[in-house]
Amino acid sequence: MANPVELKLTAKDFKSDQEVRWCPGCGDYSILAAMQRFMPELGIPRHNIVFVSGIGCSSRFPYYMNTYGMHSIHGRAPAIATGLSASRPDLSVWVVTGDGDALSIGGNHLIHALRRNVNLKILLFNNRIYGLTKGQYSPTSEIGKITKSTPAGSADSPFNPLSLALGAEATFVARTIDSDAKHLQSVLRAAATHQGSAFVEIYQNCNIFNDGAFELIKDPSTRDEHLIRLEQGQPITFGTDARYSVVHPEGSFGLKVQEGGTPLIHDATVDDPAYAFALSRLSGSDLTTTPIGVFRNVHRPSYDEIVRKQVHDAKTQATGTPEQMLGELLNTGDTWTIL
Amino acid sequence: MQISTLGPEQHRTTTVGTAAPAKRVEQLDRVVIRFAGDSGDGMQLTGDRFTSETAQLGNDISTLPNFPAEIRAPAGTLPGVSSFQVHFADYDILTPGDAPNVLVAMNPAALKANLAELPAGADIIVNTDEFTKRNLAKVGYATSPLDDDSLSEYAVHPVALTSMTVGALADAGVSKKDAERAKNMFALGLLSWMYSRPFESTLRFLERKFAKRPELVAANKAAFQAGWNYGETTEAFTVRYEVKPAKMRPGTYRNITGNQALSLGLVAAGVRSQLPVFLGAYPITPASDILHELSKHKRFGVTTMQAEDEIAAIGAALGAAYGGALGVTTTSGPGVALKGETISLAIALELPLVIVDVQRAGPSTGMPTKTEQADLNMALFGRHGEAPLAVIAPKSPSDCFHAAIEAARIAVTYRTPVILLSDNYVANGSEPWLLPSVDELPDLQVPFATEPNTADGRFLPYLRDPQTMARPWAVPGTPGLEHRIGGLEKADKTGDISYDPANHEFMVRTRQQRIDTIAVPDVDVEDPEENARVLVLGWGSTYGPIGAACRALRQRGLPIAQAHLRHLAPLPANLGEVLAGYDKVVIPEMNLGQLAQLIRAKYLIDAVAFNQISGLPFTAATLENMLEDVVKNG
Repeated sequence: MANPVELKLTAKDFKSDQEVRWCPGCGDYSILAAMQRFMPELGIPRHNIVFVSGIGCSSRFPYYMNTYGMHSIHGRAPAIATGLSASRPDLSVWVVTGDGDALSIGGNHLIHALRRNVNLKILLFNNRIYGLTKGQYSPTSEIGKITKSTPAGSADSPFNPLSLALGAEATFVARTIDSDAKHLQSVLRAAATHQGSAFVEIYQNCNIFNDGAFELIKDPSTRDEHLIRLEQGQPITFGTDARYSVVHPEGSFGLKVQEGGTPLIHDATVDDPAYAFALSRLSGSDLTTTPIGVFRNVHRPSYDEIVRKQVHDAKTQATGTPEQMLGELLNTGDTWTIL
Repeated sequence: MQISTLGPEQHRTTTVGTAAPAKRVEQLDRVVIRFAGDSGDGMQLTGDRFTSETAQLGNDISTLPNFPAEIRAPAGTLPGVSSFQVHFADYDILTPGDAPNVLVAMNPAALKANLAELPAGADIIVNTDEFTKRNLAKVGYATSPLDDDSLSEYAVHPVALTSMTVGALADAGVSKKDAERAKNMFALGLLSWMYSRPFESTLRFLERKFAKRPELVAANKAAFQAGWNYGETTEAFTVRYEVKPAKMRPGTYRNITGNQALSLGLVAAGVRSQLPVFLGAYPITPASDILHELSKHKRFGVTTMQAEDEIAAIGAALGAAYGGALGVTTTSGPGVALKGETISLAIALELPLVIVDVQRAGPSTGMPTKTEQADLNMALFGRHGEAPLAVIAPKSPSDCFHAAIEAARIAVTYRTPVILLSDNYVANGSEPWLLPSVDELPDLQVPFATEPNTADGRFLPYLRDPQTMARPWAVPGTPGLEHRIGGLEKADKTGDISYDPANHEFMVRTRQQRIDTIAVPDVDVEDPEENARVLVLGWGSTYGPIGAACRALRQRGLPIAQAHLRHLAPLPANLGEVLAGYDKVVIPEMNLGQLAQLIRAKYLIDAVAFNQISGLPFTAATLENMLEDVVKNG
């Protein structure tokens, strides 16, 4: 990585010349601003950064970043980014997606990118609604959600995106909130330095079709009673005077919130995904106990590394120019010569 | 290709004398042998080895495997029959042969499944050990056809293949099961003797194949030898045959299947373009062998990814192409259907991409191991919006090599997806391939964009090359050329999002024009006497049977012209003129007339469609009869 000071980049350098076309008040603006402010810290020249997105409001993101970018098709960004990342280890590849894009139409690509541990930073903007198609329920909408397509309430149970990612054994899993710029940037920072897939769920407000979806954990008057800030090496407590603790009741498979007691000390580096999974189960649709921060951060060789190494090793063992090797390859097997 | 002076369907038999101790040797100009047995009998391997021996001898060869989609259907049943047909001759041939002269039937099912295709007088070598009451009943024989006169019009050679193999291996130190399994080598030994094949390559092959189990090397060699000796020493076979080497162009040859040739073509395209090949693929019959083959060639910088599904496979290939690789995805028809949206994205992004469709019989799962040409319409038109791309098709197994290089050439030069329409017939069939020298292969290098492309120092990602109409290939990592592309309609030159009506009209027409102006060679017409009034037009794998039918007709004094399309989009510029030069144009296809419909619409001629959708390739005889009728009766 080049020295960030030498590159002398600022947030302004990451703003493209395109007019931003999200609805006024959309949570995406604050995520974009946080990203543009954070990017210079990476110390990576703009030309080595690529944003790949699918379809949806969030997927317009690449147009607004003055880096390389591709606005692709619905759900397929992780697949496209996998091919790019696996063939170009020199690039920093980011996927921007939404709850419909990543978890509905593109669910398969998401879980397979995560299980392979492709070196991608995947940002899932979760607003629990379809915005671009004007307000149908999404795979993260709460059950019973009344929308244009579900006038009697949706019948589907929602995905918990973090539980899903952890089920695919993602090596880096985090959650943050659009309106908390400082937290958002700290999570992006941790994700950016992770080798392998980094999956970040960002709670994002859609002020047109699902306004206030995350208000309980945003409003200063209610926030602290419901928001659990995970800090590496720190006890997991929240509420006024840290009166609530996350504890592991004896004989239980999961974790529990209770008043008092001995809180767990958070350790995102625990290899067994069961711990992070248990943490992810604390939050449900009602947001009453919602952890944010880095849930899991472990090391496992990335798909890119393994694939590149296989190719590199084969090339290292080969002798001759590619043309000579090709000549030999064509002449392989039982050949015969006619004079 | 040189034209044989012999009728391709005629046999020339000359008795040249008697060989001690009373074995006559007859000269034949061509032979078609079909090895047929249960899926577990090793018929593909047996056929493959016989083919290799035959190649060593210098005959021209064409082969056709035919096997069920089930890996092991119930033993001894009709659905479990697997066969391999090899046609070899002392002149150049174009097809694996319409009907076998010799059938090797390893069990009653193999006999029953293939009998209808045998002409009277054909030799049948049967493994009598398998003609048990139970096996006969499995395929509905009330009595053994070996015991009644139902095979009277054939020359039946009953051979106790299994028991003689087991007997020969009594002291070989292998289990009875392993000894029985070597019966295919007994059959191969016998056939190798009958047709005077050099067998050294088979012995070497057995040493390689069973390198870890020396007792099996010895047992299989002994079984082969026993089969050979059986022919040589017993009274059961009185005639031995020879087929002289064919007059083939000088050079080094190997026998190759279409899927192998296609894989090597992709490797060669990587070398000649100096681009790393990235293959994204999802396993599907009959295309999986390309994934298997390319995964062996990492030393050329080839990366293969077995993706989670067909869509991810093409997505990854497109992502790699965006990053500057030669992106390739290989599949069959069902996979192309799934890839359609991503192909459209590649068209909008104007990035190079090679999509290989090894066609099989559809719709839906259809018949995965049978051949068809019914994906032409999908390749040409099967996408949303106006989404033109280039389409090409190989005409024979070895031609798959050159077709792959041509697909890559068009893709990288014109920055467009290209669909390569192979099919099961050429993919699994084989023929001798005159190996090209590497430096004769086309140079496919294209430059990446490295600099801004306007006078005022800006970079416009959709500013086109005036010759090729290709936009710059500006790969991520290039300083100063940062830009965004996507599936939304783009403004001309800048590539910015645009909803401007005039711009959309311009871009739609431009994308079509980009394909229409791809330089493709004119189509050649083969009409040796230049007096034909009927033209037969084909594309893809029908080249062999059409060519053989045309030769046969000319042999009989009936003039006919043959033209064969490699490029389906864009079509060769001279095609309209060629078609206009004949009274009648006949288009045989293994579909319901997809090219014929296109030709009728585009050139306003009354082309005659001739269609077969049986899952099997045309026989030369079928086409000969049909074309004879057209030539004689118009």
